[in-house]
Amino acid sequence: MSADTVFSLNRFSIAFGNMTVVEDLSLEIRRGETLALVGESGSGKSVSALGAMGLLPESARVTGERRLSDVDLSQLSAKDWQRVRGNQVGFIFQEPMTSLNPLHTIAKQIGETLRLHQGLTSRGARERVRELLVQVKLPRPDELLDAWPHQLSGGQRQRVMIAMAIANRPRLLIADEPTTALDVTVQQDILALLAELRELHGMALLFITHDLNLVRRHADRVCVLYRGQVQESGSVEEVFQRPKSAYTRALLDAEPEGRPVELPDTASPLLEARELEVSYARPKRLFARGRAPFMAVQPLNLHVQRGETLGIVGESGSGKTTLAMALLRLTGSTGQIAFDGERIDNLKGNELRKRRGNFQVVFQDPFGSLSPRMPVADIVSEGLRFHYPDLDDNEVSQRVTRALHEVGLPADCTARYPHEFSGGQRQRIAVARAIILEPQLLVLDEPTSALDRTVQKQLIELLRDLQARRGLSYLFISHDLAVVRAMAHRVIVLKDGAVIEQGSCEQVLHAPRSEYTQALVDAAGLTI
Amino acid sequence: MLSRFQSGLSPITRRRIAVFRGNRRARWSLWLFVLFFAISLGAELIANDKPILLQYQDRWYTPLFVDYPETEFGGFLPTKADYRDEFVYDEIAANGWMLWPPIPFSYDTLDRNLSHPAPSPPTWRHWLGTDDQGRDVLARVIYGFRLSVIFALVLTAGSLVLGVLVGGIQGYFGGKIDLIGQRFTEIWAGLPVLFLLIILASLVEPNLWWLLGIMLLFSWLGLVDIVRAEFLRARNLEYVRAARALGLPSYLIMWRHVLPNAMVATLTFVPFLFTGAITTLTALDFLGFGLPPGSPSLGELVAQGKNNLQAPWLGITAFITLSLMLSLLVFIGEGLRDAFDPRHILAPMQPDTETSMAPLTKEPADER
Repeated sequence: MSADTVFSLNRFSIAFGNMTVVEDLSLEIRRGETLALVGESGSGKSVSALGAMGLLPESARVTGERRLSDVDLSQLSAKDWQRVRGNQVGFIFQEPMTSLNPLHTIAKQIGETLRLHQGLTSRGARERVRELLVQVKLPRPDELLDAWPHQLSGGQRQRVMIAMAIANRPRLLIADEPTTALDVTVQQDILALLAELRELHGMALLFITHDLNLVRRHADRVCVLYRGQVQESGSVEEVFQRPKSAYTRALLDAEPEGRPVELPDTASPLLEARELEVSYARPKRLFARGRAPFMAVQPLNLHVQRGETLGIVGESGSGKTTLAMALLRLTGSTGQIAFDGERIDNLKGNELRKRRGNFQVVFQDPFGSLSPRMPVADIVSEGLRFHYPDLDDNEVSQRVTRALHEVGLPADCTARYPHEFSGGQRQRIAVARAIILEPQLLVLDEPTSALDRTVQKQLIELLRDLQARRGLSYLFISHDLAVVRAMAHRVIVLKDGAVIEQGSCEQVLHAPRSEYTQALVDAAGLTI
Repeated sequence: MLSRFQSGLSPITRRRIAVFRGNRRARWSLWLFVLFFAISLGAELIANDKPILLQYQDRWYTPLFVDYPETEFGGFLPTKADYRDEFVYDEIAANGWMLWPPIPFSYDTLDRNLSHPAPSPPTWRHWLGTDDQGRDVLARVIYGFRLSVIFALVLTAGSLVLGVLVGGIQGYFGGKIDLIGQRFTEIWAGLPVLFLLIILASLVEPNLWWLLGIMLLFSWLGLVDIVRAEFLRARNLEYVRAARALGLPSYLIMWRHVLPNAMVATLTFVPFLFTGAITTLTALDFLGFGLPPGSPSLGELVAQGKNNLQAPWLGITAFITLSLMLSLLVFIGEGLRDAFDPRHILAPMQPDTETSMAPLTKEPADER
């Protein structure tokens, strides 16, 4: 252990009851260094950080040596802890929407820790908060002092969180997935800011993430965790060039690869939309003239051919999902939509319901898209039982088994409930529910974004496989260009509800014509 | 439907039952209440002015179920036999035997052989004394308890159906339906229930069904807001959208996907509806606008207690019965509310590793 080691763990373990979640973790971070703690969800990375700082509930058993500079953290009393947390150690969490108190202004939130730990007066604290806001590069710092959290965007809130974390010039900054909830272009800015502040204050940075792309660019050393055990640690170049453990290799290989299936020459259009537009009326004030409606999707034309995948790319709020919901007739819209040569935009009630079997959807959140109170067999067969009421139980269960087999799930899972499955498996159940009706078009709304990289890759392979076998058309919505590249034939780039760019996938990703697309491509860090 | 019952209870349900059972007060209250209700359901066997079974001249009779004329037992008039009548009593006792319930009075039996003028104090003959018309108080309490609980059960069930239906439709469809529905329920809630009942009492002879009907018109209003909010929230959940994308009709989506989730909040509310119903019935009886005269009613007992301060057993009995019943219900309600509360921590329970550990290991990462 060298003199400028700021934080170290030695044979550090955490257990809940008789379940060990972190085992024999040893690491150290020096001044001005970034250590990345990498692993998939459930690997114990967040728990390690919380456990080291004594933030776990009483039921957790934390053992092993943990030191902050020369202080032994396991010996601290509750009072000592208060002096350490927020003072010598700063935290940044994943969710910028909920980690700020909605009832306090920015100046009050940041100022609170200053008054508490440095004993500043409220005027002094305000001065210092303004300085901090400048340091984290927030625009118009004077106005923001009295702003409420809801007036800021996600990226701005995360900057406020950073300002809060560095307010007392901590020696160690713990950033737990600080950019996961943010758009890719914002991610880069936040991480660059963190690196700059680290240099400026000579802090040590513990960077917890699942994203190897970010580790490669922003960390000095890396420690790979898998099920609470260290697989590998070392400098970033070393680990990325010559990974020693099989798990690290699997993680590095998990970049989605391959290209979409070749389109047949005889492709004919399946879905066509003309002048499609979605707008929401804004609330009208009494006696005021009605304001112009909010345009979620500005008039656009698009078509999807049989067997083709159309990628829709854009950041959050760009109208991707709204567009898809409008095409599925789940949201009101104007303009023409033709499916398989038939207008569906003016169908209603039963007529529309009968055709819904032909265009199905898979949603983003594998935890929210399955009814928690239904067993898998009921979830998958629900549409079938409604659309083909004359099928007998035997036939239904046969088709369910076949659909589950096709998405690579064992047949004996029919009686189990969704919570018994992992995220990737749930997403497979959602795909099975969609394909059991033998649709021609499948809308995939960010199907991979809630999954770990290795699971993502498997799902993408499954989807491509299904497309080749069934000649399915996909409308593939994603913000992740690496995934889009592996899936889509053509791409539409959306921003604020308008089409910025469209064309073949290769063309758009290799030679983007608009600045916005260029920024997205840069941020994704594609290795082309 | 294929496998719903194969895997038994879902872990959420199992956790809820565990929480409820972990709450000792709620568990005991539930058992006691069920016991009292079971006893009161058999009120005819416990307090009655007819014997349960009798043998007369080597023939068996079941007066509890069959009405026999007095001529059957050597009487002169073909009227219904009055087994408490001295002549009939002696006649049967001489030629056979009778098995009487432990309390040989029904709720409306007038005891003409009182040792004291009515209301007479507790004696061995009348354990809780009699009211001012010479009727046994204990018998009236048992019958009154049963009537109150059944009234509350029916009223709660009816309110549940109406409230869920109206709230569900408003919440699920939203927009104009919701707006109009909300305004309607607000106006409806503004009608004065008590005045309506009083006016009704002067027009018709109010019986149990009239009271139920009128109360039902208004008691569902409290549920509407809760159910509506739950449906509003659930209709944008992804699995509801997925069901819509599957082409399922609205009624199926509401029934299968939204309702099970809304029921949690609704069921928490039910015990309080229940106590409300009992209190209202008692209050109406107390004021004299409730059940027809002569019915076994706890409210009427309260009124008698008030009018006969010299006979404290009336007031004390009414007070103890009502407060015991309502307290038990409130305790059960509290237990239910905790059981359905996802934030409730199972800590005080014995470490049942399967149910109590699972949420704990996940929570810290999510919450902080």
